[in-house]
Amino acid sequence: MYLLVCGGTGCRASESESIVENFKQELENKGLQDEVQVVTTGCFGFCEKGPIVKVQPDNTFYVQVKPEDIPEIIEEHVIKGRKVERLLYEDPEKKEHISDSKHMDFYKKQIRIALRNCGFIDPENLDEYIARDGYLALGKCITELKPADVINEIKESGLRGRGGGGFPTGLKWEIASQNHADQKYVVCNADEGDPGAFMDRSILEGDPHAVLEAMAICGYSMGATKGLIYIRAEYPLAIKRLKIAIDQAREYGLLGENIFGTDFSFDVELRYGAGAFVCGEETSLIHSMEGLRGEPTIKPPFPAEKGYLGKPTNVNNVETYANIPVIINKGANWFNKIGTEKSKGTKVFALAGKINNVGLIEVPMGTTLREVIFEIGGGIKDGKKFKAVQTGGPSGGCLTEKDLDTPIDFDNLLAAGSMMGSGGMIVMDEDDCMVSVAKFYLDFTVEESCGKCSPCRIGNKRLYEVLDRITQGKGTMEDLQRLRNMSNVIKDTSLCGLGQTSPNPVLSTLDNFWDEYVAHIEEQKCPAGQCKDLMKYEIIEENCVGCTACARVCPVGAISGERKQTHNIDTSICIKCGACIEKCKFDAIIVK
Amino acid sequence: MSSIKVKLKEKDLNKIKEICKSFNNEEGELINVLHKTQEHFGYLPAEVQEAVAQGLNMSVAKVYGVVTFYSFFTMLPKGKHPISICTGTACYVRGADNVLQEFKRQLNIEVGETTEDGKHSLSCLRCVGACGLAPVVLVGEKTYGRVSPEGVKAILEEYKDK
Repeated sequence: MYLLVCGGTGCRASESESIVENFKQELENKGLQDEVQVVTTGCFGFCEKGPIVKVQPDNTFYVQVKPEDIPEIIEEHVIKGRKVERLLYEDPEKKEHISDSKHMDFYKKQIRIALRNCGFIDPENLDEYIARDGYLALGKCITELKPADVINEIKESGLRGRGGGGFPTGLKWEIASQNHADQKYVVCNADEGDPGAFMDRSILEGDPHAVLEAMAICGYSMGATKGLIYIRAEYPLAIKRLKIAIDQAREYGLLGENIFGTDFSFDVELRYGAGAFVCGEETSLIHSMEGLRGEPTIKPPFPAEKGYLGKPTNVNNVETYANIPVIINKGANWFNKIGTEKSKGTKVFALAGKINNVGLIEVPMGTTLREVIFEIGGGIKDGKKFKAVQTGGPSGGCLTEKDLDTPIDFDNLLAAGSMMGSGGMIVMDEDDCMVSVAKFYLDFTVEESCGKCSPCRIGNKRLYEVLDRITQGKGTMEDLQRLRNMSNVIKDTSLCGLGQTSPNPVLSTLDNFWDEYVAHIEEQKCPAGQCKDLMKYEIIEENCVGCTACARVCPVGAISGERKQTHNIDTSICIKCGACIEKCKFDAIIVK
Repeated sequence: MSSIKVKLKEKDLNKIKEICKSFNNEEGELINVLHKTQEHFGYLPAEVQEAVAQGLNMSVAKVYGVVTFYSFFTMLPKGKHPISICTGTACYVRGADNVLQEFKRQLNIEVGETTEDGKHSLSCLRCVGACGLAPVVLVGEKTYGRVSPEGVKAILEEYKDK
């Protein structure tokens, strides 16, 4: 029997390490340590319900387990063979307990290719990866296939880059293979900078060997012997697991000199990022690896021609690489049957925001937003109304009700005014002010703009200022036209992907939520009730008993009134801190 | 950027030399050198940057350029228990800003500052990837999930005597 405990960042924050400890301790107490094995795995994806414990072979899926639940699981499930009902997932509609994850709405529509091993294997144990066909694809490539055959297989599969751009992966490899040099480099972009997207981190934490294997395959196909993984310093667990994986692979002879007894040699090193969103752009990333400020340069020359240290370099992101071994093992013709006409395979999305089932999912391309948000995601939190979903992070756009039935793929999302990006999906409900959301993203872009080109450096700052003005009720109708004009100029004239996409949140909210902008300007009102400057605190005469509690707690003395008389708020001094509302026992103060 | 003056001791200078040497004194290793140096000193004041520049035989301006470009590097010392509030999108829509305001109010400092007793510093970071627990707050290495403004007091309470 196996007890699989999620060791991803989210579950570890909810004490999953203590769960592992308690399991080991309790098993020893009962003398069962030889019969039952405790395995720390990567992310199961269902982060909302974490920490997760899965019992095998019967596939029982326990949710929100606490360290103190462990003795009961051992006593009931492991020893007596009875499931602990109260820790099973409860279907929110049918109110029934479901014990096997494959019957849960969250998992039903998923096909896990890139995430195939996350939650199944111990990422710190190479034997477990090998037991699930690990390094089989690399062996097949270097002993049976010519480099050109490998490239053809990837081209055939239709795989496109999962980092955001969607460039055909096979073509990228082919270009890199055609440029000759004494040294070439394979780079993995693990600088996941899109806030709210955490698939790359989960893959590295849960299945690091998949990425190493794919990089070696890429190296073989383009004639490179050196691999570099550029990873965020903010991901300490992923770094630790990668280091362990690299050491193990070297020990087994799967990295290093003469792999599988052939004359192919390949090794991988880590390079650390230091927190700069723009480094997701490949030329910036390469400069950062060279120890410089991560500023982009004009393409061409493309990295495939002149990249790291001026040598031909292929840059792919983590999720792209994670697909490679499966494509080689199962064949391009298996892979290209999944997905839509122009976007093959699956895509991992990070669901977050006001959604019931926050987590990591992998679905075939062509699944609709409605299926993702309402079936897999379980709908909106607290029964609120769906308002918008932001795909593609700060570079993407807000999609609304009318886009819910659009099949998700690279081209459809672009046509709808957003983009695939790295796969972050932030769901928003009726309480979210879309002007504030646009301002939030611009705040991010202003901070992350590297400052090299003026449209991005100055333009985004100006966009932010206009948005800020509107949320304070100081905007004019001309500002809306100004936003649109500036956005288009920034998009057309910026040097790299950051500036070319940063106005998207502004444009898409203008298109979809025009009325909300107008309400801020003409009526001085925030329909979602989020913009503080547009709120007014008022005392309802009939509820106020004149207890003076509010007047005493007000830090600026804005409330006046005699004892047992109705009080008044001087809105010109009120700082809207909310202290009075908290104190009032008679619900006599409201926010308008 | 404001900075504080420090006088480096002989052993500090030797430590920097040693770090530079472990990366073969190569200019291209600057970011790795800075990671190691910050790990050791906790922050990167101007004097440390000068020593790094010397160790890698490059201009101080270039070092300063890199230090100020990346958000991970800091020129100010952090508190003993640094507090970072995640202001990634998932945390933002789940109310991270209210949590941030409450921390500011309770600690009486702004983002980027440290309390007078040197115990807590306040910073924002973009997504730790624990979006299922949004809004997320980190104190040192410890992660707190689903933090509400009302819960801020309890978190600070934990570090009262530490």
